[in-house]
Amino acid sequence: MNIKFVARKILASFLTLLAITFVNFAIFRMVPGDPIRMMFKDPRVSIEDIEAMKVKYGLDKPMMGQYINYMKNLAKGELGISFWQKKPVGKVIAERIPRTLGLIGLSLFLAVVIGTILGAVAGWKGGSKTDSAIMGISMTLYSVPSFAFGILLMLAFAYHFAIFPLGGIETPASGFTGIRKIFDIARHMVLPSFSIVLWYIGQYILITRSSMKDVLSQPYIVTARAKGVRERRILTRHALRNAFLPLITITGVNIAFMTGGIIEAETVFSWPGLGRLFYDAVMKRDYPLLQGCFLVFAVAVVILNFAVDLLYTRIDPRVRINGEAVNEG
Amino acid sequence: MRVNSYKLQKAGDFWAMFFSHRMGRTGFLIFCFFIFLALFAPILRTVPPEISGSADRILTGPDGISWLGTDDLARDVWSQVIFGSRVSLIIGFVTAIITVFTGTLVGLVAGFKGGIVDEILMRIVDFFMMLPHLPLMIVLAAVMGASIWNIVIVISIVSWPSTARLVRSQVLSLKERPFVEAIRCLGANDITMMMSEILPNVFPVMFAQGVLMVTETIYAESVLSFLGLGDPTTISWGTMLHFCFESGAMARSPWWVFPPIVCIVSLIISFSFLGTAVTDILTPGYKEKMGY
Repeated sequence: MNIKFVARKILASFLTLLAITFVNFAIFRMVPGDPIRMMFKDPRVSIEDIEAMKVKYGLDKPMMGQYINYMKNLAKGELGISFWQKKPVGKVIAERIPRTLGLIGLSLFLAVVIGTILGAVAGWKGGSKTDSAIMGISMTLYSVPSFAFGILLMLAFAYHFAIFPLGGIETPASGFTGIRKIFDIARHMVLPSFSIVLWYIGQYILITRSSMKDVLSQPYIVTARAKGVRERRILTRHALRNAFLPLITITGVNIAFMTGGIIEAETVFSWPGLGRLFYDAVMKRDYPLLQGCFLVFAVAVVILNFAVDLLYTRIDPRVRINGEAVNEG
Repeated sequence: MRVNSYKLQKAGDFWAMFFSHRMGRTGFLIFCFFIFLALFAPILRTVPPEISGSADRILTGPDGISWLGTDDLARDVWSQVIFGSRVSLIIGFVTAIITVFTGTLVGLVAGFKGGIVDEILMRIVDFFMMLPHLPLMIVLAAVMGASIWNIVIVISIVSWPSTARLVRSQVLSLKERPFVEAIRCLGANDITMMMSEILPNVFPVMFAQGVLMVTETIYAESVLSFLGLGDPTTISWGTMLHFCFESGAMARSPWWVFPPIVCIVSLIISFSFLGTAVTDILTPGYKEKMGY
């Protein structure tokens, strides 16, 4: 049963990846103009040379043949040459990935921790002033785009109170090494990650709050109360654990949205990761680079979703909830 | 036509409940304010938004001529803000209508037909929901070129699947209800059943979803324009922020940065409030709880 489930998930993910490569291929056939002309902007290049280039790059073939070529190159890890950086797209992207992962990791961690705490408090004190205040704040936060948060945070904490740097990943030419270098990078991470987190926690607050309310009405909470278990212990031992489960699902769903926050925050703070690269590729109209970036984002989302699905089956809520309710309290 | 008079009565109740809902009222007021700005933009403006002033008027603070100061091309910020409300509202509404229409159509057919049709349509929906939204929008916008209508198309392509999924789940529960069974026994064909029985019952969901789509669209438009993919000939709040950010004069000219941000956020909040109010009212039991 479980193996069947995993096999089906693997197949679905694989088909999705295949479809993504096709979409990624097809969208960029819509680019106005001739790719060869874009590579060689010099008008002195002769028609014969251009035709020869077309044959060389397989552009004389029909769509399907071109797609097969594209897939062959993809299998070899070749994503084309960036117009702007004149380097292989794969190389340009690879050096950006760790920086973006760092930013995502920190933001996700902060959003989950802060959002869960606030959401749990709101759900626990359902209907109180605290509850409606937290709800009001989270709805407002949810309405502000990440880039707007970025601009506001930058103006407040980098210009007005110059606590944090304006952008980038480290102080230029600082020569920091070791622990000071790590500290320097961490300082540069604060504002971009908070501009993602502020938008993101709204959702975590709402989800934790509603699942908390849901959990609190369950019989095992009533039982625990009847047995005279202290309120604090009910909250931490019984309610919070079970209220936590939907968070895993929502994190999976949110990964696709997180890409948006990453692009916005990295753009505002010139964080040299994938998001900023995406923006630069748009600004420079560097189509091979844009195509590569989109592929990386899409594939990452599919793989992460797959991982979250597996994780979720591992901690199947039915089994766990029953087990805990019986054993504890 | 007893059914219709019943529905009319329900509609009257709806508005009464809506205006007694605090969020609904607040959201509606903010929304009306922006509609007012958008409708009367040509009268409210001081100078046309796209006209550059003289060189000594570059980045001047708010004064008698330019109420909200000027940008780096000496264009009037106030005029840009009020004309920007037109862009946000038009894109928001048109996209919401397109996505809700497309999503409803797909959801209706998938849910009603079931079987292989449902399977195929839902796989397509899943695929679109799996793609990272903003990157897809950016790539499409970059390839198609910047214009208001391309932005509408781009956002629609990305946003219709969630409506389809929602409508489908509604249809699945509706088509098992006795009244659908009854009309089937009367010999109605699929189209009649979908249009006359199922569709009217999906309207509440469509309405709530439409409001949600407006917020998401305004949000997406502002992000795309901020990233420089907006229509260069039409100034929107997002493009204002793009130029402001790129000019590097952000810290020196708060009158240029803050108005578009405040407008984007308040318009989105107003629609979130409207959406919450509508969802609350449409939740079964609300009417009884509030004593209508």
